Parts: sequence; structure tokens; C-alpha cells
Amino acid sequence: MPVATTAASHAALSPTRRLDPAAAAIELVDVHFAYDTREILKGITMSVPRGKIVAIMGASGSGKTTILRLIGGQLKPASGEVLVGGQSVPDLEPDALYALRRRCGMLFQFGALFTDMSVFENIAFPMREHTELPEEIIRDLVLMKLHAVGLRGAAQLMPSELSGGMGRRVALARAIALDPMLVMYDEPFAGLDPISLGIVGQLIRRLNDALGITSVVVTHDVYESLKMVDQLYFVSEGTIVASGTPEEVRASTDPYVRQFVDGAPDGPVAFHYPAPSYRDSLFADVDA
Amino acid sequence: MAIEALGDLGQGLRRLGGAVTGGIAWLGYAARFMVAIIWHSPAAFRRLHLTLREIYFSGVLSLVIILTSGLFVGMVLSLQGYEVLVRYGADEQLGILVALSLVKELGPVLAGLLFASRAGSAITAEIGLMKATEQLSAMEMMAVDPIARVVAPRFWAGVISMPLLAALFSALGIFGAYLIGVRILGVDAGAFWGQMQAGVKVWPDVSNGIIKSLVFGTAVSLIAVLDGYDAKPTAEGVSSATTRTVVVSSLAILALDFVLTVFMFRGIGS
Repeated sequence: MPVATTAASHAALSPTRRLDPAAAAIELVDVHFAYDTREILKGITMSVPRGKIVAIMGASGSGKTTILRLIGGQLKPASGEVLVGGQSVPDLEPDALYALRRRCGMLFQFGALFTDMSVFENIAFPMREHTELPEEIIRDLVLMKLHAVGLRGAAQLMPSELSGGMGRRVALARAIALDPMLVMYDEPFAGLDPISLGIVGQLIRRLNDALGITSVVVTHDVYESLKMVDQLYFVSEGTIVASGTPEEVRASTDPYVRQFVDGAPDGPVAFHYPAPSYRDSLFADVDA
Repeated sequence: MAIEALGDLGQGLRRLGGAVTGGIAWLGYAARFMVAIIWHSPAAFRRLHLTLREIYFSGVLSLVIILTSGLFVGMVLSLQGYEVLVRYGADEQLGILVALSLVKELGPVLAGLLFASRAGSAITAEIGLMKATEQLSAMEMMAVDPIARVVAPRFWAGVISMPLLAALFSALGIFGAYLIGVRILGVDAGAFWGQMQAGVKVWPDVSNGIIKSLVFGTAVSLIAVLDGYDAKPTAEGVSSATTRTVVVSSLAILALDFVLTVFMFRGIGS
């Protein structure tokens, strides 16, 4: 089955053929977003099924992280719907938005660990903020979360003492501290060595399945994503240009998907930033 | 020629208008930010350890520079004051001269300037770096309001620390003046302390100093947290926000000092 591309993907995910709301953890319908006059998203429509891992891939600046920020309610779309668990995120009052966020976790690109707190304190932070649990229970829960990511022995280290991969795993433990229904990952593999990258990828899959959560992964890493996700969306210039399962993506002949999967320097995503012709630039003085 | 001049004038007016509206917009933003801090302050005070921790960083860690500066300012003031007063045979007035200068003016102003340089810049840099490393975003995504958790405790720590630091600055300044005036220059100790006791009133002298230091503390803290929160999330953005905090806070202290002194002076006269 070929990967859904451009118009086809839009047809497959058009509002009339959206997933059953009970089955979709997240739905974006014809979402537009702009920073001032710079249009970032131009009609994004996508669904994330409950309990699945969905990757959003695309070149830098294509609007992937913006999608995560819209889902988390940190940004509001210019138009379109952003639904999480059936709730329209842009329409939520601050209290309701914070209540929703308590059921979500997010792993930031470089972990975003609180640098003035130890690893233990970082993971205990959301528990202390949102629960009245006694310290003994918090201690046990933190150690369980750290054990799940293989860093129980690093509980007393400070973030500055962690390697990049360890930091990302601590951030992952913090993201699942309150047993969320949804976890969002912003470039979880960026800057990691192959071993750490494999560990983080495996942890995302394992935690997703063990805890029954839904995961959205924004990443550039095609190889790792194809190993662990259930579905991929390709974003380019603010639109979804292709989507499908890992098998469909591997078999795809779509030029954009091929360029991304093969890492080709030129193709639908041009090597050169838009500019006047080379000749005109070089001989501008002579011609004048 | 005339058209060009008109064009330049138009551009100049446009720039001036832009600067004025930009300044008004910034004031409006700062006022809204202040309201947000006050709105979230009960949450910050419920967890008092957050504010106490910031008082330690802003206040206690500023003690060395504040006490040292106070001591030296007092000693210099004593030397300079003695030189003038002794010409008129009024060297026994040294105590009251030093005390009033420090309590009403130099204590709050110099402690405020030092506080802006040490604690204000540190607050801006810390909040700015938290923003640049997405720690504030992470907090928001964990349903924790950064204004309640990060900004409000630092703001109130500054407001509380500043009058205490100014008082300590003045106290050490007076002690420095005593060392120089009484111990070295030979002013009578009884006259030094007696004149000071008789001449320095709790109201208006000491209270004026307290009011000034409270106002300076509020201004410096607000500028520091606002600049940090509003910093561009880059190395350059944090660096320029930190510089801006020191410059704007210092100018604000001097301007506010003048305004407050005018009002307090009138108060005494009437």
C-alpha cells in the first residue's frame, strides 16, 4: 500500500474521514498558524490514535515544534481545531488548560531539566506541585520512575553532571512522573550518540506500551523513527505532504519521502535558499 | 532641498513617535506584569521556603559588598565632613551629618545601586537562562505557572531584602564614621553619639530612608524579573537583558530618589 501523499493524505484525513473521536487522542483539523505575518502552518489536518506512537518529521523550520506547542496550548492557532482528548485546546480557560497539562508530559529538545535541582528533585517536582503525597511515597515513586529509565543510581546527581543521553532519560522520567495520558517528545534524539539514541528510542516504545499512553514524537531521525513508531507524518512548509506506517514509508516512491528517508541533499527540499540567479548575483556590479 | 528636509523631519517625527509609543507599551506591559506578580503572590507566600531561599541569594549573598561599601563610604564621609566642620568649630556635629546623610540619602541610594548590580543582574541572568534552556516552558507544560513559582518569590525577596540591606549599609557607614571621626580624628565620642541621637528622628528621617529603600527595592526587583522573563532566549539576549537591568535600575533609582526627595522635602517644609 503506497504512502498517502499530498492531496491523497488530505483526502484520507479530511474532516469527513477523521478517526472516531473515541479512538483519537489528538486531532488537528485545518490548522493555520502564523508568527506575525510569517505563515508557519497552512492547513494541517492530522489524527493521533490512542495508545500509539506517531512521529512528525520534516526539515528544520517546517513547523513541527509549532504543532507540539499548539497541542500543549502554548500557542493558539489562527484558525482550525486542536482537540486533545476531545477538548478544544485553544478554547480552554487557564484552569482547564492547566488541568489538561497535568495529564500530559513533554520532553524538551535538550531536556530542560531544572539546573538548580538534583535529578531526584527534578522528577519529584511535578509530584510535589500537583499532589499531596507524603515524602516517603514521593521518594518511592521517583525511584521507580528512575529505575524505569535505568538511572536509579543517578538520583543524587545534578543535571550538570549528566551526559546528554542521561539528561534526556531523566527528562523522560520527569515527563511520565504523573502517569500522563499523552507524552510529547521534541527532538528526543538530537545530539545523542548511537547507544543513547537507541536507549531513548527503546524507552519511548516500552513506556508507551507499558503505561498505555499516547506519544507524539517530533524528530529528524528517520532510521530510529521507522523502528519504533506506529505512524509518521511528513511536514514541509507548513503542510502535511505525506503520511503512513513505517512499512508504507519504506516502500514509498514519493520524492519528498524518498529525499527524507535517503538523506538526499537536493530534491523537493531544495539545497539552495531562494535567491536571484547565480549569474545575476555575481555580475550585478558589472551589469550596473 | 525643502522636500528632502521635510522628508527628514517626517522620518525624525516617525522615529520619535515610535519611541514614545514603544515606551508607553513597555510601561503598560510592565504594569500588567506587576499585576500578574501580585495576583500570584499568595501562592508564592504559601510556600515560604521559595521566597526565603531567594532572600538568601539576593540578600544574604549581597551582604559582603553592602557591608564593605557601607564601611568605606562612612569613613570617607567622616573624613570629608570633619574637614569642613572643623573650619567652623562644628566638628561635634559630625555624628549627625554622617547619620542623616546615610540614613536619608546615601544608604538607600548606594545600597540600591549595589543591589541592582549584584542581585538584580543575577536575577535577570538566572530567569533569562531558564527561559533560554526551556525550563520556563517545561514548567508551563507541567501546569506550573512560572510567574508564581519563579518570578514572584524573586520579586518579593528583592522587596524584602532591599530595606534591610540599606539599613545595614547605613549602620556600617555610621560605624566607619565613628572609627575615623572619634578614634582617629579625635571627635568627642559623647558629642558624636549624642548629637546623632538628638538630631536623627524616626519620622521623618529614618522612615524616609525606609520608604526610599522599599521603593528602590520594588523598582529594581520588577526591572530584574521583567528583563529576565522578557529576554530573548539566546546567549546574546540574556547578556543584553542583564546589562539592561543594571542600567535601567540605576537610572530608575536616581530618578525615583529625586522625585521622592522632592516630595519628602516639601513634606518637611509644610
